[in-house]
Amino acid sequence: MSWGSAAEFFAMGGYAPFVWGSFAVVALCLIVEPLVVRARHRNALRRLKQVQRAAQGMQREAAV
Amino acid sequence: MGAVLGVMRRDLLLAMRRKSGAAAPVLFFVVVASLFPLGLGPEPELLRRIGPGVLWVGALLATMLSLARLFASDYDDGTLEQMALSPEPFVALVAGKLAAHWLVAGLPLVVAAPVLALQYGLPADTIAVLVASLALGTPVLSLVGAIGAALTLGVRGGGLLVALLVLPLYVPALVFGAGAVDANLAGTGAGAHLSLLGACLAIAVFFAPWAITAALRIALE
Amino acid sequence: MTERSINWFRFSSPQTFYPLAGKMVPWFAAAAAILAAIGLYVGFFVAPTDFQQGEAYRIIFVHVPASWMSMFIYLVMAGWAAVGLALNSRLSGMMASALAPTGAMFAFLSLWTGALWGRPTWGAYWVWDARLTSELVLFFLYLGFMALQAAIDDPRRADKAGAVLALVGVVNIPIIYFSVKWWNTLHQGASVSLARAPTMATIMFTGMIVMVLAFWMYSIAVSLARVRAIILERERHAAWAQALAGAAA
Repeated sequence: MSWGSAAEFFAMGGYAPFVWGSFAVVALCLIVEPLVVRARHRNALRRLKQVQRAAQGMQREAAV
Repeated sequence: MGAVLGVMRRDLLLAMRRKSGAAAPVLFFVVVASLFPLGLGPEPELLRRIGPGVLWVGALLATMLSLARLFASDYDDGTLEQMALSPEPFVALVAGKLAAHWLVAGLPLVVAAPVLALQYGLPADTIAVLVASLALGTPVLSLVGAIGAALTLGVRGGGLLVALLVLPLYVPALVFGAGAVDANLAGTGAGAHLSLLGACLAIAVFFAPWAITAALRIALE
Repeated sequence: MTERSINWFRFSSPQTFYPLAGKMVPWFAAAAAILAAIGLYVGFFVAPTDFQQGEAYRIIFVHVPASWMSMFIYLVMAGWAAVGLALNSRLSGMMASALAPTGAMFAFLSLWTGALWGRPTWGAYWVWDARLTSELVLFFLYLGFMALQAAIDDPRRADKAGAVLALVGVVNIPIIYFSVKWWNTLHQGASVSLARAPTMATIMFTGMIVMVLAFWMYSIAVSLARVRAIILERERHAAWAQALAGAAA
């Protein structure tokens, strides 16, 4: 498949909004989803640290 | 068998004592069926076209509304737990409740349908098909809906959540039920649709009670 | 001679699965990226223009993979649900919960790309054909599963309730698909079927399959990453998890 020029490639034979509209949204989702998961993971770690700190705090209090 | 009938009788008695609650689904059905002509205009041709679909969707929504009361009160006062613990098979007791529920919430829809069908100018033989499709279909809707009701017992957001869970599962019954009436109107015969609807009923009767019982046990844990 | 067989059941506890999943994610992510690059290259620079649909047909390189993944993920989700119910294992339930959002996303992408494909080829953004309508129902099934799990506070009950729902759903999907096809063929005049994809040249089919594999690798990577987050959320009070957080401080 040889495109005449970059302009032709982006024009997609007149169907540019449909083709690029599809691929763009797909790319967007496939980038955003892993980011959301990473944020969720970091959040979980943060909450774990809070729980751990609280547990250590109670241990120290009990030891006193 | 005795246990099933016993539970049925109990539920029917309870429903009769709170007649207003029992009448709600059928009244909703009537209201919805009356709203569409008001919204779309009284043209007889249009009404005859939309009648089967509107009446079927109305019955479907009314059934969904009635699901809230299926297990909720027994769950709240502990009766459901007793049923789960009793020596009688839980499935049998649940079947009794389902049968009573259909008699109270589903059967009135089937009875009200012919009257509402007159509002849409459906001919007599089409009304007969409508009644048959609802007679076969409302038990399916009750059974499948009960799965949703059991899964969401005591969960916040119950009513809307049940709707979201259950509507996709209602699609076959709706397609075959409303389709049967449409087919009769169009003159192509409702036989195939009604048979498929009957098949859905058979599948639901055999499998839904087990899913419902499993869901109830999960809710009771 | 010592037996060096792996005891896979060792990895069925969240604690041991967590690091394993962590090691697997980059590999699957890399595979996804490479396959996607190949697939997109084939799709845009190798596959010729379609005779009937022009360049618009290139949407199938994402539409069909998204559809297939949305259906495949539901099956896998239901599979984990069944395993979780049968073996009463926590990790299986977590895997099912981890898969759902990705499956829902692919169902949405299938609908989105299907609409954008339908407009130039069949003249309307939404045609009530059997495949699109079934895909919509599948999307609702995913949303229902996620909503149910979100509404139940107790994670074990949420797992089991979700599992029952997923299994009921998986049994119903063929029935729903059949009923929608039935409905569609009867109301023939109103709609055209997107299912009849253009008789594809082999190269187009190859590109599509490569994209399917790319999406598949992606799904595995994302679900494994998500299940790690879920494990940390659920095992908050376990010593090993807290030690992890402490080490990461």
